[in-house]
Amino acid sequence: MSAVIETRGLGRQYRRTWALRDCTLAIPEGRVVGLVGPNGAGKTTLLRLAAGLLAPTCGTISVLGEEPAAGPAQLARVGFVAQDTPVYARMPVSDHLRLGAWLNPAWDDEMARRRIGQLGLDPRQRAGSLSGGERAQLTLTLALAKRPELLILDEPVASLDPLARREFLRGLMEAVAEDGTSVVLSSHLVADLERVCDYLVVLVASRVRVAGEVSALLASHHRLSGPRRDPGALPAGQEVIEESHTDKQTILLVRTDEPIHDPSWTVRPVSMEDLVLAYMSRARDDRTRRLEVVS
Amino acid sequence: MIRLSMLQFRTQAATAAAALAVLAVILAASGPHLFGMYDSSGIATCQAHGDCAPLAISFVNKLAGFYAAFYFIGIGLLLLVPAVIGTFWGAPLITREFEASTFQLAWTQSVTRTRWLAAKLGLGALAAMATAGLFSLLLTWWSGPVDTAVPLEQGPNITIIRLGYALFPTRGITPIGYAAFAFVLGVTAGVLIRRTVPAMAVTLGSFAFVQIAWPIWIRPHLLPPAHAIMALTAANIPGLAAGPGGTTIVNPPILPGRAGDWVLSFQTIDPAGRPFNVNTVKACLGTNFQPCQNALGRLHLRDVIAYQPASRFWVLQWYETGIFLAAAVLLAGFCFWSIRSRRLSR
Amino acid sequence: MIEFQLDETSGVATYLQLVQQVYQALRMGMLEVGERLPTAQQVVAKLAINPNTVHKAYRELEREGLVRARPGLGTFVTRSPSGTDPATQARFLAAMTDWLRSARTAGLGPDDIEAIYRTAFRNCFAEGVA
Repeated sequence: MSAVIETRGLGRQYRRTWALRDCTLAIPEGRVVGLVGPNGAGKTTLLRLAAGLLAPTCGTISVLGEEPAAGPAQLARVGFVAQDTPVYARMPVSDHLRLGAWLNPAWDDEMARRRIGQLGLDPRQRAGSLSGGERAQLTLTLALAKRPELLILDEPVASLDPLARREFLRGLMEAVAEDGTSVVLSSHLVADLERVCDYLVVLVASRVRVAGEVSALLASHHRLSGPRRDPGALPAGQEVIEESHTDKQTILLVRTDEPIHDPSWTVRPVSMEDLVLAYMSRARDDRTRRLEVVS
Repeated sequence: MIRLSMLQFRTQAATAAAALAVLAVILAASGPHLFGMYDSSGIATCQAHGDCAPLAISFVNKLAGFYAAFYFIGIGLLLLVPAVIGTFWGAPLITREFEASTFQLAWTQSVTRTRWLAAKLGLGALAAMATAGLFSLLLTWWSGPVDTAVPLEQGPNITIIRLGYALFPTRGITPIGYAAFAFVLGVTAGVLIRRTVPAMAVTLGSFAFVQIAWPIWIRPHLLPPAHAIMALTAANIPGLAAGPGGTTIVNPPILPGRAGDWVLSFQTIDPAGRPFNVNTVKACLGTNFQPCQNALGRLHLRDVIAYQPASRFWVLQWYETGIFLAAAVLLAGFCFWSIRSRRLSR
Repeated sequence: MIEFQLDETSGVATYLQLVQQVYQALRMGMLEVGERLPTAQQVVAKLAINPNTVHKAYRELEREGLVRARPGLGTFVTRSPSGTDPATQARFLAAMTDWLRSARTAGLGPDDIEAIYRTAFRNCFAEGVA
């Protein structure tokens, strides 16, 4: 299966800080990919690199087999919805559709108008006076109507109320159901992604911490609880992601592909949210440990 | 992309069209009277009779206050038009997209950044040149009578000549070159600075600097100056001027047929060819100029002048416009390079 | 046509919930053999979930022999779930009732019984456990 986004050692530096580092991913096609991580983790940087708005400092990235923004043909295959859904404030909705039609040879005008009508947007209204949810739907329409193979969305629902959020995701999933579009969607809230994502990438402090199919990740991570013990004593194939102890009890979140044979453990499945949180806190602990070593 | 650029440019185009329309109305209303007065003044055929100076003086004096005032307003207007174009059309062209983050929308459609910039830059530059060209066309036509008459007055203090600091940049085709340059300069400032108000300030400041420095340092040398040596007699000395190092020298006389020449520098020399200081003549230290003139006339002095002849007006116009257009093209090339290199900061 | 629902708090994977709801509907008679299941598009329009999840659920049902996908026409129910014959159900019901009675006699209250049941249930059906 071909990859929609493939990166190798991808990195991007701004002045002195690295916004993204050592990023190596191979995202398969036909998935809805959730890119999750705290604010400032590098999600926007990665998505902008994929959309061709930024050039890498080191490493390589290829999108749909080509360099991002390589030319009009490649640009036509990728749709991008930026954070805060920017629109031309003084331009009415209908002119935004004309913009789409003029700048995209594969523009599906009928679908765009139908969608705008279904959403109840007034074509004559200036885009600057739309609500946040309406703006998000407008920019999603602009991205969908060019019929891309890959759709990249940077925190599209972050500032939307729950109803607008649900409506946005509904519209997005309907498009995926219809065209088989691959989607990469970033958020700093896991709850947004749980419903729709089948591939997960966790990005914390400019590095990828874990990436893979959601079903495989959930199948290989378990929460173990049992009598207090030293996590170092676990068998080799089990990687501890998160641990907590009381005087009598130890609770671990482990990653392993083998079954757990030790009967003293109670094994429970892990939710996506718990999994992400565990990797995020591990990253934070790593950072604290590194800073302690330095000082 | 061209249609989109036109859509985004609508307001600016409308403003320019409105301003031109208002100007055209004013000039059309006042033109016939002005040209009528000029025709009846006889200046058109005065060269043959040799009485240009009095006819010109009489014509200029007869002009009512409105015509004199609007003559200077026209000069001011044409000095401003390229600056306004650069500041209000050029600088915001790209910065608006950065400040509103809409570049993220524009650069992820199916057109490359190069094509995007080419359409916006090309359309804007064409509009800038057309606007400045039309302003210049209208005002050059309307100001024609006064432009011709004033140098013919041949007084000692005539500075309104076609090659002068006021008229050269506001007549003919030079405004077209300036407008294109100012526009692309504004876009360059916008591409580098990415914020509208600072880009506007930098554009205005640097364009003003160029417009002030250029006629002083560069324009005099666009063509090698012509030289003339003029014999000074008691009859043709127009007056005195300050010379180098605190000396006083003789203003060069304006001969018939030489009205409108742009004198760049002059030096008074004695019959032996040495620089002459008028302060050494006792008769010139008093307040009465007549004895001074007589004294100087007996000394067989000469003035050596370096000047650009009035006849070089159009050649210099083409040279200057060409240079500013070339500078605009170079800046545009820089803009393309800068946009393509994707050095976006956070 | 069956209408799916999603319980986000249950901890059960979405596709499994869909599979279970098909089983449930067949058992309760709300879905019959030969009926067409909703298309992925219809499910997505209602629930705003990933269409791949719907495909996965339907593939699982097809693997278990309950449905068959006909290209261009839809996914149709081919038979009822097996292992639900009334005799087997009655046998297990009786065994469960006996167990509950002895648990109550031993002094366990409803909450203890529920906790024991849930632990045993999870241990039995959670994946990757020996």
